[in-house]
Amino acid sequence: MARLPPEPPSGEITPEALYSRRREFLKNAALFAGTAAAAGAGLVALTGGGRSTPAKVAPEPLGTSAVPFPVASTPRIIKPSRFDTDEPPTSFEDVTHYNNFYELGLSKSDPAEYGALIRPRPWTIKITGEVKQELTLDLDTLLGWFPLEERIYRMRCVEAWSMVIPWLGFPLGDLLKRVEPTSRAKYVAFTTLQDPGQLPGQKHKVLDWPYVEGLRIDEATHPLALLAVGLYGKSLLGQNGAPIRLVTPWKYGFKGIKSIVAIRLTEARPKATWNESAPEEYGFFANVNPKVDHPRWSQASERRIGELRRRPTLPFNGYAEHVASLYTGMDLTENF
Amino acid sequence: MKPAQNAATPLLFPRGPLPWLKPGLFLGSLIPVVSLAIGTARGTLGANAIAEGLNRLGLLALIFLVASLTCTPLKTITGAVWPIKVRKMLGLYAFFYAALHLLTYAGLDQGLDFKAIFSDIVKRPFILVGFSAFVLLIPLAVTSTAKMVKRLGFAWWKRLHRLAYVAATLGVVHFFLRVKKDVTEPTIYAGILGALLAIRIAAWGVERRARPA
Repeated sequence: MARLPPEPPSGEITPEALYSRRREFLKNAALFAGTAAAAGAGLVALTGGGRSTPAKVAPEPLGTSAVPFPVASTPRIIKPSRFDTDEPPTSFEDVTHYNNFYELGLSKSDPAEYGALIRPRPWTIKITGEVKQELTLDLDTLLGWFPLEERIYRMRCVEAWSMVIPWLGFPLGDLLKRVEPTSRAKYVAFTTLQDPGQLPGQKHKVLDWPYVEGLRIDEATHPLALLAVGLYGKSLLGQNGAPIRLVTPWKYGFKGIKSIVAIRLTEARPKATWNESAPEEYGFFANVNPKVDHPRWSQASERRIGELRRRPTLPFNGYAEHVASLYTGMDLTENF
Repeated sequence: MKPAQNAATPLLFPRGPLPWLKPGLFLGSLIPVVSLAIGTARGTLGANAIAEGLNRLGLLALIFLVASLTCTPLKTITGAVWPIKVRKMLGLYAFFYAALHLLTYAGLDQGLDFKAIFSDIVKRPFILVGFSAFVLLIPLAVTSTAKMVKRLGFAWWKRLHRLAYVAATLGVVHFFLRVKKDVTEPTIYAGILGALLAIRIAAWGVERRARPA
């Protein structure tokens, strides 16, 4: 006869009432966990916390990418430049993943996600207006005209953040000289590609597409003004304005029009997209000026991407010694 | 089966129906803080982590404020009592996130530069509106306890807490002023807020008409 196992001590016996509530307990526990998870997930989703961070992209080595950059052979790159800042450059990751390019989406991470939609070749640029002869140029032809220079510039966004970017490009002034502006050419107007297939943000009329920008001719021919085709020694990615964009480091970043397809020399001041959209917030000149605040925030300081503490913003973004003379006699508060 | 009523059921399961609701919401409402903390530690908040944190905390404050204002109309429409049971907690979470938002702005974004903060508040409607919304939430948080309801008297307490609508409206205006161009999101919150207010006004009208002359 088998022996019965000893009875457990009475203290270990589950009270009957509790035993019968086990089901209730489990149900409540499940509902509790479900509520917490649903509320948490909902809140994170509503505040954009669930947005996936785009995969890290490696820069394409010269000449090996799908983009034959800039011509078949590796170009000679002139550096250093007398305009270089010795401040440490912002990481490639941040330069290519924190962008304002509304044609590729409104969030800072959208451009990196959709940048590959831009087909950088073949690419033609029209040069029209007050020039000796109007031209339609293949980008690679244009790139054969000038040696590429590396320029390590500060970039100050109107939103009070900044970066240091090693651009690759050629002076806009060199191109203008070559196309021979007429004596009536007082301004230079730029236009971004208009193609919602490559720039899906253009399906939404957030701004009046295509994006246009403009410079006074003396600004455009200043040696600091660059047409950039690369950064960090590599061809530009879509999010940075592939295949060719403007860089004017003494002005707020939005002046640096991206993915340019047309350059027109004009007698009258051209339109500029943000200036047209909100003239009280974004001026035509848009020179970096710590004394002229944006209506909604101060421009006196900025956050350098990668740094915690703000730093003071410098007049003309620190390029005053080079460009301040362009604006002698102008009221910079009036003409912001 | 009857709801748990035994002393052996711990804090997690208070008496009454839906014992899981309040603790579940309480825990879930803290998850965004955890998500932000993990994001900060792992460096996945993007290149401008402070701006990202600031945006998320501000939006959370607005979401909780709107959620707390949904409770009464929800009860009016459905007759369910549970929204009222979580209303105070949602309101306090709105205050909690608004405080974190303000602290992030003052401490991390401005680096406790009080001169800059003060001039921001007086010079910029965008900042002033947001700051005012937070200031309005302070008396509401302070008077959120049952004791305070008693001290003020329910009628006065109710009147005072209508300020939540003013705070939420200021919050939505702050949001509108924040965005550069795309007003879709602020418009959605403005719509919800408008609808909630409309329901209250309608319910108030019905109540008045029902009252004997």
